[in-house]
Amino acid sequence: MSDFSVQFEGVSKRYTHFSLENIHLELPTGSIMGFIGANGAGKSTTIRILMGLVHQDTGTVRVLGHSMPGDQAAAKLDIGFVSEDMRLYGAATLKWHMDFMRPIYPRWDQTYAEELARRFDLKPQQKIKGLSHGQRVKSALLLALARRPRLLVLDEPTTGLDPVARMEVLSELMAVLADEDRTILFSSHNTLDVEQISDQITFIDRGRIIDSDDKEVFLDRWRRLRLVLPPDGVVPRLPGVVEVGGSGRLPVLTTNRFEPAMVSACNDLGATVQAVDTMTLEEIFVANVHSRRERLTA
Amino acid sequence: MHSDIVISQSDGRPMYLQIMEQVKQRVAVGEWAPGDEIPSIRQLAMDLRVSVITIKRAYLELEREGVILTQQGKGSIIAPNPGLSPHVYHAELSERLDEVVRLGDLLGLSSDEIARRTKEAANRLNEARLNEAGFTKEIV
Repeated sequence: MSDFSVQFEGVSKRYTHFSLENIHLELPTGSIMGFIGANGAGKSTTIRILMGLVHQDTGTVRVLGHSMPGDQAAAKLDIGFVSEDMRLYGAATLKWHMDFMRPIYPRWDQTYAEELARRFDLKPQQKIKGLSHGQRVKSALLLALARRPRLLVLDEPTTGLDPVARMEVLSELMAVLADEDRTILFSSHNTLDVEQISDQITFIDRGRIIDSDDKEVFLDRWRRLRLVLPPDGVVPRLPGVVEVGGSGRLPVLTTNRFEPAMVSACNDLGATVQAVDTMTLEEIFVANVHSRRERLTA
Repeated sequence: MHSDIVISQSDGRPMYLQIMEQVKQRVAVGEWAPGDEIPSIRQLAMDLRVSVITIKRAYLELEREGVILTQQGKGSIIAPNPGLSPHVYHAELSERLDEVVRLGDLLGLSSDEIARRTKEAANRLNEARLNEAGFTKEIV
């Protein structure tokens, strides 16, 4: 078996007003990948290609060892997919949906499904149309989780959830990972959720992957340095600087290749380092997107 | 074993550092004794709702510092001799030195000047020790 649950190689898809260009993506089995992008960046298109719902123009996609879209029927037995626009039957109850899924998926776990209903505070007898947005999302998630899929693909699972529901959902996602053979890919523009539970992080913008790495590597590499320059001093040239802000003698540099040795290097060049700030994933994402966009327009 | 470790998202420090610190505190106050099993990486990740890779990193660094031992496939235990005290003092020294440097910087001292003053302080301590030694000798 492959060590990667998902592999994209050189995948492209062109539409009239949008194109996905040369996507490479590798998701190691047993980990969670957070897929971050602005609205319209290409997250959902990528996920749809992964699911075989949209066919790529070029490139290869392998999911759990199956080639997509060719082998999608076999692959889908092992993939749990939840997206925002996923429709459940409004006139039917959650229990009806559970009974419907049960014979289709051999690994359906009824005990787990009932336990999830309790933990998510859902009433199986209730009709879907009477549910709130959060309850619908949790219902869809329950139906996906109880199948015990080897790969969970979640398109914006926490969007529009209240804080309590979000916490319940994140807890269940982490519980899935107790089993080392199971893998999760989730897209979000809530970087806080992604920062908390992801092992791997991929940034996408305007149809291209702009960065993809271990979360810890991301958080270690990016720093903001606040400097004080002597009169007539110049901003030192440091590796990986993507943004220079601040004012004349008080520049603020954002670098994506931080190393502790940079601080003494600055001092040697006559600039005093006042502070080295760590950055949140959100700040890293925004700085990353800005610098790429500027480079493209420059 | 339930960990009772608490992670703060508004702490500002990386999560792996917060985890390391809390494990060390538990060892320092004797709550987790040498040889005690600590939660597995995946278990703690689930408890804290924090990514596996973050816990893995905290455990790796704790192992490097000699606080815990990890055996492949067997989980992690508190090291027989976690040697925490020197480490704690070193951490405190670094913190105080940072303070000294910040203060010197506020006063407009160059780093050479700060280094010179630190050396002076060390000399004063040495002198005091010598005097004390001489003094005791005289008494004897």
